[in-house]
Amino acid sequence: MTDPLQIAVRFEQVSRHFGDIKAVDEVSLDLLDGEFFTLLGPSGSGKTTCLRMIAGFDRPTSGRILLHGVDVSNLPPYERDVNTVFQDYALFPHMTVGENVAYGLMIKKTPKAERERRVDEMLELVRLSGMAGRKPSQLSGGQRQRVALARALINHPRVLLLDEPLGALDLKLRQQMQLELKAIQQRVGITFIYVTHDQEEALTMSDRLAVFNLGKIEQVGAPADVYENPTSSFVASFVGVTNLVSGETAQAITGSPLTFSVRPEKIRIVPRDTLPTPDEYAVDACVRDVVYLGLYTRYMMSLDLGGELIVIQQNLNTTRSEALSVRDQPARLIWLKNANRYLDEGGEEPV
Amino acid sequence: MPSKSAGSFVEQAPFSLKLAATGVLLFLHIPVLIILLYAFTTDEATYSFPPPGLTTRWFGVAFARQDFWDALWLSLRVAGVATLLALILGSLAAAAVYRSKFFGREAISVLLVLPLALPGIVTGIALRSAISMGDIPFTYWTIVLGHATFCVVVVYNNVLARLRRFGSSLIEASMDLGADGFQTFRHILLPHLSTALLAGGMLAFALSFDEVIVTTFTSGQQMTLPIWIFSQLTRPRDRPVTNVVAIVVILLTFIPILIAHRISSESGSAHL
Amino acid sequence: MSTIDASAGGRRDRSIASRLSTYIYLRPSLLLLLLLGPPLIWMVVVYLGSLATLLVNSFYSLDDFTGLIVRQFTLRSYAELFTPSNLDIVLRTVGMAAAVTLADAILAFPLAYFIARYASPRSKGWLYLAVLLPLWSSYLVRVYAWKLILAKEGILSWTIAHTGLSQALQLLLNLPAIGGPSLSLSPIGMFIVFTYVWLPYMVIPIQAALERVPKSLLEASSDLGARPGETFRHVTLPLAIPGVVAGSIFTFSLTLGDFIVPASLGNSSYFIGQAVLSHQGTSGNLPFAAALTVVPIVIMIIYLMVARRLGAFDAL
Repeated sequence: MTDPLQIAVRFEQVSRHFGDIKAVDEVSLDLLDGEFFTLLGPSGSGKTTCLRMIAGFDRPTSGRILLHGVDVSNLPPYERDVNTVFQDYALFPHMTVGENVAYGLMIKKTPKAERERRVDEMLELVRLSGMAGRKPSQLSGGQRQRVALARALINHPRVLLLDEPLGALDLKLRQQMQLELKAIQQRVGITFIYVTHDQEEALTMSDRLAVFNLGKIEQVGAPADVYENPTSSFVASFVGVTNLVSGETAQAITGSPLTFSVRPEKIRIVPRDTLPTPDEYAVDACVRDVVYLGLYTRYMMSLDLGGELIVIQQNLNTTRSEALSVRDQPARLIWLKNANRYLDEGGEEPV
Repeated sequence: MPSKSAGSFVEQAPFSLKLAATGVLLFLHIPVLIILLYAFTTDEATYSFPPPGLTTRWFGVAFARQDFWDALWLSLRVAGVATLLALILGSLAAAAVYRSKFFGREAISVLLVLPLALPGIVTGIALRSAISMGDIPFTYWTIVLGHATFCVVVVYNNVLARLRRFGSSLIEASMDLGADGFQTFRHILLPHLSTALLAGGMLAFALSFDEVIVTTFTSGQQMTLPIWIFSQLTRPRDRPVTNVVAIVVILLTFIPILIAHRISSESGSAHL
Repeated sequence: MSTIDASAGGRRDRSIASRLSTYIYLRPSLLLLLLLGPPLIWMVVVYLGSLATLLVNSFYSLDDFTGLIVRQFTLRSYAELFTPSNLDIVLRTVGMAAAVTLADAILAFPLAYFIARYASPRSKGWLYLAVLLPLWSSYLVRVYAWKLILAKEGILSWTIAHTGLSQALQLLLNLPAIGGPSLSLSPIGMFIVFTYVWLPYMVIPIQAALERVPKSLLEASSDLGARPGETFRHVTLPLAIPGVVAGSIFTFSLTLGDFIVPASLGNSSYFIGQAVLSHQGTSGNLPFAAALTVVPIVIMIIYLMVARRLGAFDAL
């Protein structure tokens, strides 16, 4: 039984309706102290609404939200021990970086000397030492993002909320910031609740994640777990790329009509005369299309049975021309039987 | 106090704010309504309240006055020609600023807005001193001269704003499809700008029709309608007539601007 | 017959208009000349030229005997500005402009704040219109309306009499410098009317500046522990100031140069506008009128420079 004091945030049957629209539909969730938790899902899935309800900018239509065991439904944002890093950073344009970061302390009437000391500390943590005198308009996107982080962390909140903070940054910078954020979280040790639609980001940074779809949570778990063992076709196709096989095709391959998911990287492309071992499935197919992507190559396979599978193979020894040359070639697909993940209720999984 | 409804915390304005805002709004509108009331008073010489009685006969009296019609006609003529000049000059300037980068580009906008930005009296007396120095008589045309000068910027702003929305891509597409400059202007640019020209023109018309300060300096013996009203401001005998004329002026400035607003709100924002 | 010559990449047989168009298109500076020429010439000759003659005139003087303008360079007209009565005029006008600006800022803010912050998107349009509406009805007529309201027997006196404030009103009117025989003939009356006519010019920039404050800033402030009042003080107000300054440019400038309101509601003490009008008109003293006009120009230039510093031009 989890010690209740270890639960940083608890959602109890929380719903948020906007008229007829159920933005959040009966969500129950426990977020633990000190973990990096990601709310993952497409736009409109309810993840941002949940975040805003934790912060206090939105209130549930029904259900309760507890912060460290305390029901916060009636608490305005300025009375919650929670701070937010906004998607557009929300830096105050008329204040310097130093004044922005010190804002929360200024409100709490912290003495000036201590304020300045802590601001310097924070700026060092986010690697912006010496920038205290600049204005936000003079900073780059990445720098502004770090100021927003410092401004939130300086108040030592027990929970930090991050609303898609890396969305505006370019790829390389984003990847770099992901690692930095993770490092900061581990150093500071508080709970980070992170919202994103980028599943790669979620997989990189999280201790645990929740996959949102249409206002509900479809699955909660550690990234590897969710990736390896999706419990629904939505999770399987949203987290990573996958093949979903159902109906007659599934029946023909596995002997059961149950829909299954098999990851593209788990499938090997071999010559037609290759024999599968008893642990493997074998399906004949033709290479319909090849997309060479440097690191790996994506093959669209047209099954003789009908239907398509995507296969991804790392270009260990394959050059581009070699990859492209297999177009329209006949081949065989082989993968381990236990790489299949069976989704949807009812029916028996094959032995 | 957080509101009880499900939603964000600050939804309702505090009562004192609502009260203040309402008060200011009333302050803004009641005076004009008062004139409406006084146009119907039976009282001939004073502004007594409450009005001793109500009548519509002042409308008849006002419309029988020749000087009123002369003033009205002059105002319309001035506004019409000034607007036309402003439309041409303003559009040309907007096109120039939009198309090319040249030395002093920003200065053009400042130059055009100066007649409105500096107090009217400056424009007025500057024009007057120039006109008298050139020994030019003060006629209808000197009035038009002054009005056109400060009306240009109104058209300019509207046309420029309109051009900045998709202007270049439309022109490029048209030329790509084979139309030359004149054809592009006729088939693409003019329709695209029509609402901006109309809106700017209406605003310029209203601005000119209502103007009194610069007009005082640039007119000789002529009286535009605002000047006529101004001269009536201290004459007790004509008060009820003045009230009626006031209503006419309100309508004639109000309606063009309303039209301009409707046109622009369908396709962007109007710039005063 | 029009053929598309693929090798030449172009078309044959173009009309005269077409060729003229190409001629101009290939010469951007010619196009610029054609476009910019007329308006530029107009503005430079008519407007800047007039301003120049004004300036030139201010360095002339009026011969007291002949009543003719002596066209010789002198600083006499400017020197005349510093007589006590003329200084009075300038100070009186500037004082009124400042008072009106302050009053308008105070009145405009609640309304602008309400529209920007609390009005629903639908009512925002209507409220904006409601603020603009007075500007659409002739300025002169609105001044005239106040003559009606402030008249001794008018609606305001009637209201005051009925609420028992007649004593207070009389006391107010007996004050030196700002009092007068009646509300409609006193600086107080002028103050009220000035405040009224320029008010929309103050509401609109303030409302625009407030609208530009992203909601996330207010949320961030609240998130960091600030109560609504503190958020207003630390975030909203500083960001609204440029709007106030922008609005003040209008109210100040318009009051500085106006002669309509003082003529309609004032007593014998002149404002700059009236002084200019009378000097160039009846006494024909154009040089002095010109010199006097330079005063509001200089004041406004300084004002605009300060306003630019305070960020007003971003708010316009």
